[in-house]
Amino acid sequence: MPEDNNSVVIENLVKRFGDFVAVDRISLAVRKGEVFGFLGPNGAGKSTTIRMLCGLLKPTSGRARVAGYDVARDPELVRQNIGYMSQKFSLYNDLTVVENIRLFAGLYSVPANVLKERIEWALEMSSLKGREHLITATLPGGWKQRLALGCAVLHQPPVIFLDEPTSGVDPISRRQFWDLIHHMAEEDVTVFVTTHYMEEAEYCNRLAMISRGAVAALGAPSELKQKSMKGELLLVECEPLGQAVEILQSAPDVIDAGVFGRALHLVVRDATAAIPQVKKYLSDHGVTVGLIEKIHPSLEDVFVSLTSAADTGKEWKA
Amino acid sequence: MSFTRFLAVARKEVVHIFRDSRGLIIVLIMPVVLVLLFGYGVNLDFKGLPVYVYDRDGSQQSQDLLKRFQASEYFDVVRVVNDYPALTRSLDDGHAKMGIVIPWDFSQRLGDRRPVQIQALVDGTDDNTANVLIGYAQAVVQGYSSDVQLEWLRNRGQLLRPALLSVETRTWYNEDLESSAFIVPGVLALVMSVIGAFLTSLTIAREWERGTMEQLISTPVTPLEIMLGKLAPYFAIGMFDVIVCALIAIYWFQVPFRGSFPTLLFTSAMFLVVVLSLGFYVSVIAKSQLTASQISLIITFLPAFLLSGFLFPIEQMPVVLQWITPLVPARYYVSILKKIFLKGTPTALLYPDLVPLALFALVVALLATASFHKRLG
Amino acid sequence: MQEKPQSAIIVEGLTKSFANVRAVDRLSFEVHTGEIFGLVGPDGAGKTTTLRMLAGIMPADEGTARVADVDVVHDPENAKRQLSYMPQRFGLYEDLTVNENIRFYADLFGVSRTEREDRSALLLQAAGMREFRLRLAGKLSGGMKQKLSLVCALIHRPKIILLDEPTTGVDPISRRDFWRILYELVSQGVTILASTAYLDEAERCHRVALLHQGRLFFCDTPKNLKARLGKSVLSITSSEPRRLRAELENVVGISSLVLTGDGLHVVVENGVSRIPEFEARLKGASIPFDTIQQVTPTIEDLFVHAVGSGAPSHA
Repeated sequence: MPEDNNSVVIENLVKRFGDFVAVDRISLAVRKGEVFGFLGPNGAGKSTTIRMLCGLLKPTSGRARVAGYDVARDPELVRQNIGYMSQKFSLYNDLTVVENIRLFAGLYSVPANVLKERIEWALEMSSLKGREHLITATLPGGWKQRLALGCAVLHQPPVIFLDEPTSGVDPISRRQFWDLIHHMAEEDVTVFVTTHYMEEAEYCNRLAMISRGAVAALGAPSELKQKSMKGELLLVECEPLGQAVEILQSAPDVIDAGVFGRALHLVVRDATAAIPQVKKYLSDHGVTVGLIEKIHPSLEDVFVSLTSAADTGKEWKA
Repeated sequence: MSFTRFLAVARKEVVHIFRDSRGLIIVLIMPVVLVLLFGYGVNLDFKGLPVYVYDRDGSQQSQDLLKRFQASEYFDVVRVVNDYPALTRSLDDGHAKMGIVIPWDFSQRLGDRRPVQIQALVDGTDDNTANVLIGYAQAVVQGYSSDVQLEWLRNRGQLLRPALLSVETRTWYNEDLESSAFIVPGVLALVMSVIGAFLTSLTIAREWERGTMEQLISTPVTPLEIMLGKLAPYFAIGMFDVIVCALIAIYWFQVPFRGSFPTLLFTSAMFLVVVLSLGFYVSVIAKSQLTASQISLIITFLPAFLLSGFLFPIEQMPVVLQWITPLVPARYYVSILKKIFLKGTPTALLYPDLVPLALFALVVALLATASFHKRLG
Repeated sequence: MQEKPQSAIIVEGLTKSFANVRAVDRLSFEVHTGEIFGLVGPDGAGKTTTLRMLAGIMPADEGTARVADVDVVHDPENAKRQLSYMPQRFGLYEDLTVNENIRFYADLFGVSRTEREDRSALLLQAAGMREFRLRLAGKLSGGMKQKLSLVCALIHRPKIILLDEPTTGVDPISRRDFWRILYELVSQGVTILASTAYLDEAERCHRVALLHQGRLFFCDTPKNLKARLGKSVLSITSSEPRRLRAELENVVGISSLVLTGDGLHVVVENGVSRIPEFEARLKGASIPFDTIQQVTPTIEDLFVHAVGSGAPSHA
């Protein structure tokens, strides 16, 4: 990919706070018009990275370019060329819909000659036309979300940052929101999403899984599920469950075993080979086995498999 | 009421206090600072106030008068100026608190036995000081005036007779009229208001703000256990601070202590119950630390400071404020403190203050107990 | 498991309004002894309000709720001895150490010293945080805090545990430890009622109740709920999901198309039998795609299907 096709380019980005390395040599590139997910638990270094990319925090070393500007050298230019939306803090709840839009238009210095048009656009896009005088606090969650997005992109930035944009929203609103996001991406807007919800991550074209300040895996969601998982996943319905888990801890082919609802999830090297072995092993130990089948790992399974080896028994850095 | 649960809450509260350096400062250092601040800083005595003089006469007589001013411990004649504007300037820029103008015909008029007026220009920005200054200046001039008259009579061969009547003033309880003796005991009321109401007002509100309250009320702990557990550590600290402040007052500022120490502790405990309960009540209703601290300062600290008679005598307040003071618990406590320290009033004779204070303690404690429910919304 | 299950929690017609919003609307369900029951729904569905009423810290407007055979609506204090409630917000004292927090809650529940020591050693071991006993709670990571909350909530061996979105914002490893402890408890006969806004988490529960706008939608096992969808879900991965969607938009029999980051979820009747047809169609339109395979529907698919794709719902 040529450089000008990338909206966000991060090279060996490092941020230290005293002895603590919050961001540890992260490198990645996000293409123009891509919906890119930055996935990791709270404290993995996501918000530190975002702050650096928005020009709010100076990197300790390494560099990052956002919308063509260096975040360390031109933080002001970076800020003029991005939109930022966080579900929790974006909107003023005591203002009306249109007052919020006007406020953000003012903050982003949207020129007067296009102001009217942009306000119309934002109302249209957030499906809030005819409701511009409602107090924001009274809007349902999904509507607020779209309004917040509308406000964040009033100045038509080429890059937008979304921080857990759909956490806690009902599934229907969530799907509508992501439709909107993908629609914007189609018009070459680059969307950088940070989240710790695997469900949000599924909506991204590509993902970087972040653990302890470093990139643990990078790829499309389906790719990660197929390739990054160390081993394959089996679902085993058996009785009694608790006993089965203990027995399987010592089984030769089982990497990991855990209860999942009324069944077990097993991580094995090779599913096809393991099925008969596991079945036999359990029956030999007096466990009644029902269904046993290979299942597709979720992003969370992948995440756990990628990070648990390094983390077992150790603390997850806050 | 389970003692284990009470103890659990109290122990936790102690940890909160001692693990927070700001809390520790308020609890241990602030009382000492307040006592020293009021003991030294708020001085109601005036000594050596700077005076500028414009002596337009320049005679022996005018010099005599000025010597009297200089001789008084209240005034310090800093400079003699030669024109009127210089005098006003000295007042404007604050170099002088008072300017004295002696008219050009001062000695001449005295010689003619005609009345003569001295002009005193006083910086009235602080009306208290100004009033005191005027009083002192009048006294100096009066003294000079009567001496001049006596001398005139003597020169006429009149027999010198002592005045028939004179008033001899003796100040009791605070013989030297030292303002520190008057103020320092009252600081105890301030300290208790801060420890008692301000700090406790934060404790419940903090649990609401941090979200720990929701968990707390889902346990079998009772409201009374929460209240007593939370207030017990502050009660102990309050009593400790009372003793420290009293010792500083007695041994450092040499404030006389004529009453009984047990009575001091007993009445302080009663006042603590009032402020602790108030703080707790405020905390329960405010639910946010900011609101709680503001309310508690307004309803306890400010009245204790302004309306308790601690600094400003109640009798000298505007009538409307005087009507309010019976509602200020600190008023009774300050009054008791002054009586114990300066008068040594026997405990039995303190009842006009003790009874209202006890009533307050009872009512506010009941109010606080009734206010807290283990319910949301 | 086959005998008639006993009920640890019985909720009937529970209702709660705030101002003019019915946060919980005539809710009825039962939680069996020894199961993990999930209260699933988006923010504002009424999950937290329901849990607060069951924990005895919020009075109900109408209806009854029995928790461990105690009527919580009328006798909340007695119910509190039987249950343990873990609110959504971290309920621990950040300036107290791990041990001090545990001791505080143990004392409130009258747990003896020896029992506290035995039990906390066991629980901290299970939580993988034995070496953090002397650390201030505020210095723990999010996942650790949440596990400590759970340890504190379990110190008095409650029969019933109410958890409000226990693993929101928790790293996956801690989340796994967390669920491991829950399953261990359940095997000892403890009953767990947990809320979650995340449908993937709901799949870990034995039974779930889907809440929407304060009302109960369904209540069944995740497996039965999925079967209820009556349709299958095909996952098509492609580098051009949007073109893919445009192509399939008007195909008969497809009830919904959901765009994902790198493909499309197609909710369709008789899924597997239609794979060849779709493959041919996409090849014909020369739309690149990797695979088409049937995947298990998620509870989210079910939810969307049930609520319908009408106007955005009110939170």
